[in-house]
Amino acid sequence: MTPATHPIYVRNARLIDPETGRDERGDCLIEGGIISALGPDCAVHRLPPGSEIIDARGHVLCPGLIDMRVFVGEPGFEHRETFHSAGRAAAAGGVTTLVVMPDTEPVMDNVAIVDFVMRRARDTSRVRVVAMAAATLGHHGREMSEIGLLREAGAVAITSGKRSIADSGVFGRLLQYAHNFDVLVVHHVEDQSLVGDGVMNEGETATRLGLKGIPIEAETIPLERDIRLVHRTGARYHAALVSTAESLELVRRAKREGLPVTCGVSIAHLTLNENDIGEYRTFFKLAPPLRTESDRLACLEALADGTIDVIVSDHDPQHVETKRHPFADAENGAIGLETLLAAALRPVHDGRIDLVRILRTMTSTPASLLGLPQGRLQVGAPGDVILVDLDQPWVLEKDRILSISKNTPFERARFQGRVLETIVAGRRVRT
Amino acid sequence: MTASALASFPHRHLLGIDGLTALEIEALLAMAEEAVDVSRQVEKKKATLRGRTLVNLFFEASTRTQSSFELAGKRLGADVMNMSVANSSAKKGETLIDTAITLNAMRPDLLVVRHHAAGAAHLLAQKVDCSVINAGDGAHEHPTQALLDALTIRRAKGKIAGLVVAICGDILHSRVARSNILCLNALGARVRVVGPPTLLPKGIERLGVEVFTDMRRGIAGADIVMMLRLQRERMSGAFVPSTKEYFHFYGLDEEKLMSHAPDALVMHPGPMNRGVEIASDVADGPRSLIRDQVEMGVAVRMATLEALARNFRND
Repeated sequence: MTPATHPIYVRNARLIDPETGRDERGDCLIEGGIISALGPDCAVHRLPPGSEIIDARGHVLCPGLIDMRVFVGEPGFEHRETFHSAGRAAAAGGVTTLVVMPDTEPVMDNVAIVDFVMRRARDTSRVRVVAMAAATLGHHGREMSEIGLLREAGAVAITSGKRSIADSGVFGRLLQYAHNFDVLVVHHVEDQSLVGDGVMNEGETATRLGLKGIPIEAETIPLERDIRLVHRTGARYHAALVSTAESLELVRRAKREGLPVTCGVSIAHLTLNENDIGEYRTFFKLAPPLRTESDRLACLEALADGTIDVIVSDHDPQHVETKRHPFADAENGAIGLETLLAAALRPVHDGRIDLVRILRTMTSTPASLLGLPQGRLQVGAPGDVILVDLDQPWVLEKDRILSISKNTPFERARFQGRVLETIVAGRRVRT
Repeated sequence: MTASALASFPHRHLLGIDGLTALEIEALLAMAEEAVDVSRQVEKKKATLRGRTLVNLFFEASTRTQSSFELAGKRLGADVMNMSVANSSAKKGETLIDTAITLNAMRPDLLVVRHHAAGAAHLLAQKVDCSVINAGDGAHEHPTQALLDALTIRRAKGKIAGLVVAICGDILHSRVARSNILCLNALGARVRVVGPPTLLPKGIERLGVEVFTDMRRGIAGADIVMMLRLQRERMSGAFVPSTKEYFHFYGLDEEKLMSHAPDALVMHPGPMNRGVEIASDVADGPRSLIRDQVEMGVAVRMATLEALARNFRND
């Protein structure tokens, strides 16, 4: 990421700031990487010399997306994804901040690795990268990592990544300790002993397919435990991915009690269900697994009523050698950076959810949770914005995917809504 | 020692600070002041306990507490026997009560006991005929440590009432912290406890202390900063992530001390982990009372033995 070269003036846009609910026609001036003016003709009479003018033609200008759950293969799995390739994919999809997960090799559980990753990302990614650090050493769920020092080194949260911390004593002390530094604890709620060798949602579909099921209690039991420990410790807690109607009920109740509990949902769980697995398509094998249609509808409802705080791509590049297997033997995970926004617009076009609310879950809310200044279309905020044509139709073709790995569940899918421009720190990065 | 001091310590055992009145504590401190003088003479011997038997029964390894009691007993003329049970009969499966009954049959007059289980000294006191002194039971109490700390503070500052004392570190596992909270509160100090939330026991604020999880705020303006030992097995990820992180946020170094508590005197019950909870330049610096604490330890233990000896049953 290099600094801005010249000012950019976006004219004639539909300005949307999800945090304040602002939604009006106007212009936006970005100078020195910062939003310096907003509103109708805000800088027409004082345009800095050398400004580049972009005519938005009435399309939406909103903050660039902050994707709170992204797995990049660097270091350790560069054949799946690098910061360079992830940055290109993100720019194409309108994601301007990648929150990368510490599930690397070696695991990001100490200051030196976090430092390396941040530096590497700065040198090679065209969008911003911030990192969550591993909550426990080696992701083993036993000894806590140097949470205070990691926060001072710039880690935006701590997380168990793709694993759950099974030991309640360890997790309780972790919450207590992290609370002291006001660090957000992001937990993957999936009880491995209940998952067992299950590979998809438990129920009729799994039975018909002859695949071993994963019960919803694999998610609700650790989630409920976590909420009780939050009650005990007061720590800020975020369930990384929830997928069942009953989980949402637990979060809803915790919020009613005023607990500092938030949760995320993956774009796949908002737009797909277990039937999409069809004939053992491994690109639909996820953790948590795709659930029933009624769970998916519960997710949409929870998004509308504010129970779900954040939508993530859960971008998880997997290569052919981990996906081209019988369903039960394939790795979990799907890529999602390039399709996050377009897929999230589906329920908007269906009239199920309001545009501003859905944008909030990918901009200002993750920014607030992680303490980031971006994610707002406000004067003084970082100049990370995207220009979106809400209606342009397109079809995702595999050979146009920019990620190194091609494991998308949306191949040949039709979308309505496309990113026209992606600007990071006042610099156009979508090519 | 004065008659009034004796009259005001009517106990057979010293099992904890809990149960002592401020007057009784003051009486012990007054006797300890005299014991300091005795210990500074060339001839350090008194005959108060001549013919008496003191048994040091240590189920946990200890160097300074055990030798401090041994010296205190010898300076008062007692016969002292040290039993380190940590690696003897306890390993062979003998219970605490069996050990107590066996010892009792040897007719000691004073039993100094340290045990890893809270309440062990109380249990022994019910089973033996002699006086029992608790030299540390689990995370419960270590009364002579609190008394020696109070004596050290009073001699250094001239008073205890009104002083702000910050007890820092592993409060959760510390008997020293509990005894000191009780003792200092009884004597009118304002007590704070400071540590990461993982090392603060639930409900500690109900013991009459102010609780801080930020070291700098916790020691701000303190008159006394009392550091506690953090045991090694507790700093590798279970309660705190690492010694490095612990020292960074909770270790007492010159910078934290100078910028937040420039007038504070520094204490540590020992043994110290230099570079973990306390920096060497602070521990060895001009504001350290750590060596005074060791000297006061012998004096306070002499005072305790003398006070209990006056109440022996067979007198």
